[in-house]
Amino acid sequence: MTAELTRGQNHPLPRARLEIRISAGTPIVAGATLGDENGRVHGVEWVAHPGTPALPGLEVSRQAAADHRLAVDLDAVPDAVHRVSVLLALPAGGQGPGRFGAVAAPFVAVTGLDGDEVASYTITGLEAESAVVALELYRRQGAWKVRAVGQGYTGGLTELLTDQSLPQAHELARGIHEAVAGGLARSVPAPPARTADGNRSRQAATPAHGTDHGAAASQGTPGTVPPVSPYDAPGVSDPQTPGAHAQHGTQQPYPAGPGDSATAGPSSAPTGGGPIDYSHPRRQDAAPPPPPPAAPPAAPGQPARPVAGDATGWSMEERLYNQVWGMFEDLARTTAAYRSAVDFADSRMEKELDQVLSDPRSRIGGQGDAAREAARTRHTQLVSQAREALDRDIAQLAAEADVVEPALPAAYARWDSPVWHAYRVPMEIPMALRLGDLHLPEADRIRIPLLVRLPLERGLWIDSGRSASLDGSFADSHEMRSLGLETAVAHAARLLAAYPAGEFTVHVIDPAGSGAQALAPLVQTGVLAAPPALGAAGTADVLARLTQRVDLVQMALRGGAPDALPPGLDTSQQLLIVNDFPHGFDDRAVNQLRYLADEGPAVGVHLMMVADREDSAGYGPLLDPLWRSLLRLTPVADDHLADPWVGHAWTYEPALVPPGSQVLRQVLTQVAAARRPWDR
Amino acid sequence: MTVNMTKGQAISLQKSDGGSLTSVRMGLGWQAAPRRGLFGSRTREIDLDASAVLFADKQPVDVVFFRHLVSDDGSVRHTGDNLVGGVGQGGDDEAILVDLQRVPVHIDQIVFTVNSFTGQTFQEVQNAFCRLVDETNGQELARYTLAGGGAYTAQIMAKVHRAGQGWAMTAIGSPANGRTFQDLMPAILPVL
Repeated sequence: MTAELTRGQNHPLPRARLEIRISAGTPIVAGATLGDENGRVHGVEWVAHPGTPALPGLEVSRQAAADHRLAVDLDAVPDAVHRVSVLLALPAGGQGPGRFGAVAAPFVAVTGLDGDEVASYTITGLEAESAVVALELYRRQGAWKVRAVGQGYTGGLTELLTDQSLPQAHELARGIHEAVAGGLARSVPAPPARTADGNRSRQAATPAHGTDHGAAASQGTPGTVPPVSPYDAPGVSDPQTPGAHAQHGTQQPYPAGPGDSATAGPSSAPTGGGPIDYSHPRRQDAAPPPPPPAAPPAAPGQPARPVAGDATGWSMEERLYNQVWGMFEDLARTTAAYRSAVDFADSRMEKELDQVLSDPRSRIGGQGDAAREAARTRHTQLVSQAREALDRDIAQLAAEADVVEPALPAAYARWDSPVWHAYRVPMEIPMALRLGDLHLPEADRIRIPLLVRLPLERGLWIDSGRSASLDGSFADSHEMRSLGLETAVAHAARLLAAYPAGEFTVHVIDPAGSGAQALAPLVQTGVLAAPPALGAAGTADVLARLTQRVDLVQMALRGGAPDALPPGLDTSQQLLIVNDFPHGFDDRAVNQLRYLADEGPAVGVHLMMVADREDSAGYGPLLDPLWRSLLRLTPVADDHLADPWVGHAWTYEPALVPPGSQVLRQVLTQVAAARRPWDR
Repeated sequence: MTVNMTKGQAISLQKSDGGSLTSVRMGLGWQAAPRRGLFGSRTREIDLDASAVLFADKQPVDVVFFRHLVSDDGSVRHTGDNLVGGVGQGGDDEAILVDLQRVPVHIDQIVFTVNSFTGQTFQEVQNAFCRLVDETNGQELARYTLAGGGAYTAQIMAKVHRAGQGWAMTAIGSPANGRTFQDLMPAILPVL
């Protein structure tokens, strides 16, 4: 049974213990004044406000909020009090709205403690007022009643309190606003400072930060935490550190005042605007990431010197991964800017020269020559400007590459990097693996590592076909084949080295036995599960075993019973290297291969094909989906990879072991040694 | 200090200390106008989209909008599509960041447009504004409020163009009709 009151209307109150709920679309201050039978407020001790939230029989919130609950016990109110006025005011001094006309109409409801509504009132028709008396609870012949008042005051709290004959109205109004400002500063955390790589382009949608609202709350009121860089002090005690969310549980954002939570009950619950703590109160296992290296201060007028690992991430490995991808994107975009400027300059010059040609006047005298010359000058000028911008960016990226490359861990590093000599079999898989280098003709100096995430999401296809290699040296098909297998071995060795002992198994199908020489490092160090399979029979056998594995694991996963797998099943990731495809393959084997390519990656079975697509042309379009599902790599430098942002053709160079280097064998020997205890 | 711009007004984007701006954000905010009459509480969603078209010598070269969030050169970035607007209470609902230093040398004008993707006219939009903020310190440089929403579905808000060594901004505020920026091309060309 709710009475919806209109202005001036009154309603009897059935009980003495009540709650007054207030909701407004924006943080507002709520308070109450006690008046005698003439409506006079005798002094500041008769006003409940955020500075003095509790009076006998009355309790208001300590801060401005969009929703309030005031607790009222009319039996506990002193006998001299005949009138309780509930007042609302907009916080002063902030950048929030300064008048009620600019916010949604406040809604006030009187409810019992069990929540059932007695009377409600929506305060409409407010314009320039910044304070309003919403309701009045008053004694009438010994019983309490409520009246909807809705009296607004343009002069704010001061005028409102003066109107209630409070002598110290001015001081009190100021005190209330100060208390509110303090509460506001306490309840809203300072926005995190911009991260160090803020100038890096990111595709992801970031929220538009720095809105009026957030800025208003963070302006340096005494007692706020100054905005700290997330990298300055990532200590455990600092609640502002992003990533240290788990630590929030120990820090109470609301300092509990004396008697606050004890008497106020629901009114002390965090209301709108405060931070919400989602962390488990006692669980603290998410340790904050170690701090990234700090960038040395840049010399004035110079761009900051690059530092390896200054991107975001939870570990150095992730930071380097993000940094490499950031460099990749920056180089792609910088080059796009240069190319589009040059294209534009070319087309403009062409247009201008055409105009000169078609203008009959230009055939006489030197006018035409002058116009042609001017067009060429404009072209040269624009191109040189563009080149200047490109050179500036390339210099910066080259400096970054120079510090990043030596800092890369083994899985990201080139084979000639010293970290491979200090190789140890890892305990867990790295985030990503380097498959080679990428570069653009405009920036030949900068090699971007091509990092792919582990575990692999798609198989690899080492194209041993005749590609028109960039340097014009035309490798014959036999040479390409052996180069292809060599590349495959280097990739496979890297994968083996990246996984912990026994978690990665490599099978090889080499039907004609033609790859014996290139496969020697894998065979001789004993890292293969079995010797390379020869002939049609061997091919069929390996394919059958892997197909069965895919079937079993798939069934177990679909049935939700991974425990039901047969005990002898090898649960490690599997890589199948197929040399000389389709030699030795019959239709059945080809179908099995396609099945592995489609279904394998989801259950940890990957393909690495060393093949020339033309050789399998006899199968027709049947195999097209197979090629498309694999990541095509080449054994020689070739510009066939496109970046995801602009779509430049990047020149890919495989990560190969330098000629004569023993590092591959050393690494594989360690891998084999670490696997032995598992292989019993 | 914010300059409240009027239609056609141009301001130079020099900092007060004489240095030139390096990075600016064009913010767009709006709210759905309250509906009168029955079922007034039922909210309708208005999806306004901010786009930026990059011009070189009056030829469109690149565009940044909700399907192409970053210009190819990386200098102009859209922070993402907002489908409803109005929740920020005066904050930006969509924003486009322009790294003025990295804008390719041949780009001489960047035109900012607003389209009503859901088809409502600007009569049903209230408190729409676009503002230019110095991204390095968060200061608002200029604000242009859409006055008098009329029966059109798009507006060419403003352009940022090269002026001498630096950049300047001109408030345009000319109405047009269209769902995305492509429909606006004929309307944009006269204001270049």
